Amino acid sequence: MLFFLETVVSGLMAGVMYSLVALGFVLIFKASGVFNFAQGVFALFAGLALYDFISEDGWVNHLFGFSLPIWLGIIATMGVMIIVAWLVERLVLRHLVNQEPIILFMSTIGLAYFMEGLGDTLFGSDVKPLDIGLPSGAVDFLLDNFDFYVEKLEIVAAIVAAGLVIILAIFFQKTRIGRALRAVADDHQAALSVGISLRTIWIIVWSVSGFVALVAGIMWGSKSGIQFSLSLIALKALPVLILGGFTSVPGAIIGGLIIGVGEKVAEIYAGPYIGGAIENWFAYMLALIFLLVRPQGLFGEKIIERV
Amino acid sequence: MKPRQQRKFGNTFLNVDSISLSFGGVKALKNVSFSVRKHEIFAIIGPNGAGKSSMLNCINGFYRPQEGTIKFKGKIRNKAPSHQAARDGIARTFQNIALFRGMSTLDNIMSGRNTMMHKNLFWQALHFGPARKEEIINREAAERIIDFLEIESIRKTPVGKLPYGLQKRVELGRALAAEPDMLLLDEPMAGMNLEEKQDMCRFILDSNDEFGTTIVLIEHDMGVVMDISDTIVVLDYGKKLAQGTPDEIRSNKTVIDAYLGVPNDKY
Repeated sequence: MLFFLETVVSGLMAGVMYSLVALGFVLIFKASGVFNFAQGVFALFAGLALYDFISEDGWVNHLFGFSLPIWLGIIATMGVMIIVAWLVERLVLRHLVNQEPIILFMSTIGLAYFMEGLGDTLFGSDVKPLDIGLPSGAVDFLLDNFDFYVEKLEIVAAIVAAGLVIILAIFFQKTRIGRALRAVADDHQAALSVGISLRTIWIIVWSVSGFVALVAGIMWGSKSGIQFSLSLIALKALPVLILGGFTSVPGAIIGGLIIGVGEKVAEIYAGPYIGGAIENWFAYMLALIFLLVRPQGLFGEKIIERV
Repeated sequence: MKPRQQRKFGNTFLNVDSISLSFGGVKALKNVSFSVRKHEIFAIIGPNGAGKSSMLNCINGFYRPQEGTIKFKGKIRNKAPSHQAARDGIARTFQNIALFRGMSTLDNIMSGRNTMMHKNLFWQALHFGPARKEEIINREAAERIIDFLEIESIRKTPVGKLPYGLQKRVELGRALAAEPDMLLLDEPMAGMNLEEKQDMCRFILDSNDEFGTTIVLIEHDMGVVMDISDTIVVLDYGKKLAQGTPDEIRSNKTVIDAYLGVPNDKY
């Protein structure tokens, strides 16, 4: 029983990590109707930039000859992500107003590969262990008293994710900008006609998702180092989104948790019977079933189409 | 309703001066000029492809005309960005309805008041303090519009689910919610049955009377246009054919020819 619980908890924690990435997707999709394929690369890029700002041997250090304190490094990285958001709007989105979603999607694929290459060139492609002083190791209290193993870092990740969701949910539901974001996602022309500036909204939303990417980059980086496979989490976030619904912030979290737990439990309990490595495809199979049964996901807006 | 001829108009409100607009080699508008007086209902008519929608798009800044100037309330607005129109007091509806389909009727109408909500994001998020007051004021205004357009029963329905005629009405509601000085309506009656058209006419006339909104509209239904307009301008192939009161337009030979396609030696 204890082992089962441990499995579930470690699944939940892995799920939180997926959720952090999925959250970035949801934000941009909600606000601009674009599926941003580059979200995983954003997380990678943010992690690389942060590492560079705070470490002794980064590119920036060669230029300036010092490394920033961690908190300043995080702020500087946020600055970088805002600049990226601004550039994306200026160089890509502005030219694609009122185009089909598929065209915007293709442009984000291009963006993903461009940024991956750029990150490689600027920061180098070796694995970088990111340490910003987050607690690591097991939670001693649980280990000593109940023989129950949980990583401290994973607890932190869970708290951060919960905090992010609450802030974002309030932002989307209650503020004028939140309403404007949803409006832009629905109809560009209509949004313009009620006085919403597409450009401002796009820069805001890409910055916010850059912020989420930064958080995801920090968490993943602290867990397994900043490496280029980070950009591939983007693919794991896809089934999470199909489960939770592309337009739902809580959906991204719950979808992530279901997938995290599901694949861990399946791996450990069903794995031995059908030959293991279930973890690799379990999420996608679950997503496929969901597409058949409930295409809008658990929490997504119902797809309305009058015929 | 007052008889139209007894009403008083103000000074020139919108002045369109020799506008030309082309897309590549296609000339959508050629040297079109007219002016709209305050409090007027001004109709733009013409066959399909005459450049009517392009004209509206120029007025609210979706298109930038290559030549000519557009002055609204004495301010030249050729270079204004598209989203500026709403802030300058110009609201509009679209030929093929542009609503926020996933949002409820109420949210759509509230979005029309976007330009009137300024309070701090922080307070909005907490739903507290000055922002709460502001939200209540705006909500009241939105409810008044819902009342006015008689759409109470669909307040919470996502607009994507509504029948066409009602969607058009919600779109008008969103435009009115901005309390605009000028309303641009692109085929407000298209695809409606007789009863819906009568309702829509009533709403247009009432907003003109009660809120004093100046209205520029495009419409194909000649009966409607002749009934509610104060002034009509006729476009054909991007050129202005004629301008005048409904009676003048009805008896204008060039206009009749353009509409009925009678061959005329003058061309």
